[in-house]
Amino acid sequence: MAETKTAAYICQGCGIGERLSTRQLAQIAQKEGKMALVREHPFLCGAEGVGLIRDDIEREAVTHVLIAACSRRAKTEAFHFPTVALARANLREGVLWSQPEADEAAGLTQEMANDYVRMGCAELKKTKLPLGNPLAATNRRILVVGGGVSGLTAALEAARAGYQVVLVEKERALGGWAAKLHKRVPFREPHADPADTGIEQLIAQVTGHPRIRVHLGATLLETRGAPGRFSVQVSVESGAAVTEEVGSIVQATGFTLYDAGKLPALGYGKTPDVVDQAGLERLARQAAAAGGAIRRPSDGAEVGSVVFVQCAGQRDEGGSHLPYCSGHCCATSIKQAMYFKDANPEVDTVVIYTDLRVPGSGEDFYRSAQRKGVTFTKGRVASVEPASGGCKVSFRDLILDEDVALEADLVVLATGQVPNSGVNIELADDDPAKAAQVPILNLAYRQGKDMPQLKHGFTDSHFICFPYETRRTGIYAAGPVRRPMDMAQAVEDATGAALKAIQAVENAAAGRAAHPRSGDLSYPIVRIEGCTQCKRCTVECPFGAIDEDESRFPVFNESRCRRCGTCMGACPVRVIGFENYSVDTVGAQIKAVDMPDEFSEKPRVLLLACENDAYPALDMAALQRRVYSAFVRVIPVRCLGSVNTIWITDALNSGYDGVMLMGCKHGEDYQCHFVKGSELANYRMGKIDDTLKQLGLETERVATYEVAITDVARVARLIDDYVAKILEIGLSPMKGFA
Amino acid sequence: MAGSVATSQTILVVGGGIAGMTAALEAAECGKEVVLIEKSPTLGGRTTLLYRYFPKMCHPICGLEINLRRLKGNRRVRVLTLAEPVAVSGTRGDYTAQIRLAPRYVNDNCTACGECARAVTAEIPNPFDYNLGRIKAAYLPHAMAYPQRYVLDPSIIGSEDADRAKAACRYGAVDLDMKEETVELKVGAVVWATGWQPYDAARIQPYGYGRLRNVVTSVEFERLADPRGPTGGRILRPSDGREAKNVAFIQCAGSRDENHLRHCSRVCCMASLKQTQYVHEAWGEEARSTVYYIDIRAIDRFEDFYRRVQADPTVSFVKSKVARIEEDRASGDVILHGVDTEGYHRYAARHDLAVLAIGMEPALRAVEVPPDLPFDASGFIEAGAGGMFGAGCAAAPLDVNRAVQSATAAALRAIQVVNKTADVETI
Repeated sequence: MAETKTAAYICQGCGIGERLSTRQLAQIAQKEGKMALVREHPFLCGAEGVGLIRDDIEREAVTHVLIAACSRRAKTEAFHFPTVALARANLREGVLWSQPEADEAAGLTQEMANDYVRMGCAELKKTKLPLGNPLAATNRRILVVGGGVSGLTAALEAARAGYQVVLVEKERALGGWAAKLHKRVPFREPHADPADTGIEQLIAQVTGHPRIRVHLGATLLETRGAPGRFSVQVSVESGAAVTEEVGSIVQATGFTLYDAGKLPALGYGKTPDVVDQAGLERLARQAAAAGGAIRRPSDGAEVGSVVFVQCAGQRDEGGSHLPYCSGHCCATSIKQAMYFKDANPEVDTVVIYTDLRVPGSGEDFYRSAQRKGVTFTKGRVASVEPASGGCKVSFRDLILDEDVALEADLVVLATGQVPNSGVNIELADDDPAKAAQVPILNLAYRQGKDMPQLKHGFTDSHFICFPYETRRTGIYAAGPVRRPMDMAQAVEDATGAALKAIQAVENAAAGRAAHPRSGDLSYPIVRIEGCTQCKRCTVECPFGAIDEDESRFPVFNESRCRRCGTCMGACPVRVIGFENYSVDTVGAQIKAVDMPDEFSEKPRVLLLACENDAYPALDMAALQRRVYSAFVRVIPVRCLGSVNTIWITDALNSGYDGVMLMGCKHGEDYQCHFVKGSELANYRMGKIDDTLKQLGLETERVATYEVAITDVARVARLIDDYVAKILEIGLSPMKGFA
Repeated sequence: MAGSVATSQTILVVGGGIAGMTAALEAAECGKEVVLIEKSPTLGGRTTLLYRYFPKMCHPICGLEINLRRLKGNRRVRVLTLAEPVAVSGTRGDYTAQIRLAPRYVNDNCTACGECARAVTAEIPNPFDYNLGRIKAAYLPHAMAYPQRYVLDPSIIGSEDADRAKAACRYGAVDLDMKEETVELKVGAVVWATGWQPYDAARIQPYGYGRLRNVVTSVEFERLADPRGPTGGRILRPSDGREAKNVAFIQCAGSRDENHLRHCSRVCCMASLKQTQYVHEAWGEEARSTVYYIDIRAIDRFEDFYRRVQADPTVSFVKSKVARIEEDRASGDVILHGVDTEGYHRYAARHDLAVLAIGMEPALRAVEVPPDLPFDASGFIEAGAGGMFGAGCAAAPLDVNRAVQSATAAALRAIQVVNKTADVETI
């Protein structure tokens, strides 16, 4: 390792040189910051300024660079020096653009800038250049769990990109739901008629592909490891267990139709002439095999009239059935109605619906059905009863606003999709519902055997912009296990999931983080000899990345880690950190601030701001030249979950008058990019009152805020209000004791 | 395995909205080289012009920040803004794209200090506000613009304003001699993430858009509700600036209509449900939102959101395709005429403002492309056998979540093309 050589570069551009004494900043960097090399430059991000830094790195063997210029979010192309440790002191947005230009403000503005330079130097000296996970594992094979349309597609698409695939299907045949269908909804124009499912060709492409190995009648006994080095025990058809080594996993375990047996009011079970959509597909396949019309189960008579009941056991407001809409069922009923109409236009087909949901070009399919004579009735079905020679469907006609009844030979209930998502790991171990669930992945993870579920049992991402965000790095859900969906969407979804699986193995092999800190080469370093086995890190990691060994020491799986630092925030003995982000890199910044004495009337407020939302909001406030108090010192953090309470107590002990924490929204519609970070921070700060009392401080001296990235005006106001509050309660009595 | 071997390993992504950014980043994070081109001066696309997303009511620029950070940290994506493809030729694995670069008149010396904007006097309608507000003719598109670099509107080139902008810049960033140029790129695969545009509302005659002052589109309404927008987030009517508390949302404006757009645009129901909550947020219990609809398409767990809005006492629903809108000249109020099909009641309903839930049509136009990029009758890109793929709303009317899925899938399809070389075959 080369010897450390630090250098600070102070930009004078964008007005910094006019409003601040960069001479003073340079002196601080040199004398207090102990920077080996200090340079001022009128336009640091210009070609000459960047060239200067680059020359110093090459010729002067500079290993650590402090850029005291604009926000770390700005000019990232210019200030890109991948071979050195880097810190940024935010003089432009953080000082110049957020402080008044008036002459009388110059003193406080300079003080602020001086502190940011001190903080930058302090951070830099504690920072190391991250070099990537040394335990990077390079298995690039992809495991696909589930052999329906989603799984087959994921396997084939990954193989087509050049990757080896192993596919595990619990049934003895591939094809899943699609193999049970007579036909499918069309994917392409003219969207007029049911299409062949294409499942045989898809199966043939998968089984014939040289890079895909298939296990049928197989389940996962255990999955352990991490991206790039998963080791999976597979119970195969013969009963033997084989081990498959893979780098990432796509879970495409599909859905089960909601049990129509739970819908006796809709006649299911009372007469064989009430079927679900799967039942109708069976009848249609039988009819096709026999070369005749669809016959009703009770007496084998040709069906002359059929009623489709939409939303059967779905969109249920009463809490007894599925609360959601399964999305595909309207189009599926349209398709099934066409089975009858295409064979014999004389068959009466009625679809009873409340909202017909056929987005996109599904509208053409709907129109085609109307042209074929399918009747669509807006109504709410009350009951289906066996009647002489058929079924009686009683419903409220919502257009005529009256109760009516229809007779039909056959009734089809459009029941919904229930995801095959295994065990709900959030349930308590003694919950009987959990005992009844059969795990799918059988993860040998500290936090449970399957993927965490989002809502209604689906393993979807919580993030609108990032549908493949997963809480188990390297494991991606695809198809209806993730979200209710039709076949066309499942194909698209599975293709996307295959990409993420490929990306996961490539990231793991390069020792870098996955989304949202993609490309980050830092990873948690643990001083395990200091660990007290308290298990907070293993319990609180939002991504289940940390396991425990037999002696209950944490086992970090770096390629499962997302580098949020929640473990670092949790650790009471502070043995966890990253090369460029640690208890020390932040702690040193906190301590570097020049603390005025208690008679100065200059409070100091520490603001720990989430770099994902609060910090950009502060930058944008500055861009709009919104002025806020000069008494605040801002330190960006990876996530509020990474905030270790030692920073708070250190700050208060060293004389800060207050500490503000700004993180993302938590709760049901949370916005935290690391799922639980802001929630955990909120919880931890809720407990800090005791500490404050012990120190003899008011509880107002620590305040936590939820801040959205759009809270541009609000962040400035929050700072000012907080500083006013501090002035009201008085400066900290701790000053001068540090 | 047979098939062409890609002669270029680079993937071209056309369109820098959320789908294009996603396709570019997902491919680059798999280790691929990507050129991402965007016709406007900034990445971000249409989602940056939305106030909030359904169903979480979160802010689109939150995800943009993450995507921009991914981009800043990844040297494999080369971004060209003010760049449009004029022609693409070739075949799978070996395409040549002609890219036209419009002059920005500001080079990468720009620090975004804003001195040029202060020096310039001319104003232009703000394209990043659907032209509802005005900005200086030297402008940063918005606070999250990337690249974070100003742009001079071509209308001031040759004027004193342009000279003033140049004189104000201390970093030599204003370059008035920039000219349009065309560059040629060799790429193996192309992802078309060219997005959508709102259907031309003026063509829906009975709704009077453009004639009636208080009829706006749903995309314009996003700007009116957004604190970053032209009204500072106050929902005010265009006619008189009065507070719009009683708002009508008209579904299927252009969509599901063989005279306009055949397809259902998928997002509009959810977008209107979301916008009723803007009205509620703005005016509290005084808010009145009425949604005129044919079917509410709150698919999958969006149903939860629909139920929440149904339970909101400030929101009511009328099952009706609105027949026509007239204006009460004196008050500027809009009066909606139609029949409530649930029970068949005629209505003439007065509102402060009518919001047309405007349909999506594909934005890709006027580019010469080889025949291996098939389009459907509505202009959406269909799956083909070549090395070019649609992503996001260029392929189908999609919500953000599904557009990102689509873009991720498109990235893999592009990777398959460029990976089809001898060395990767052996992985």
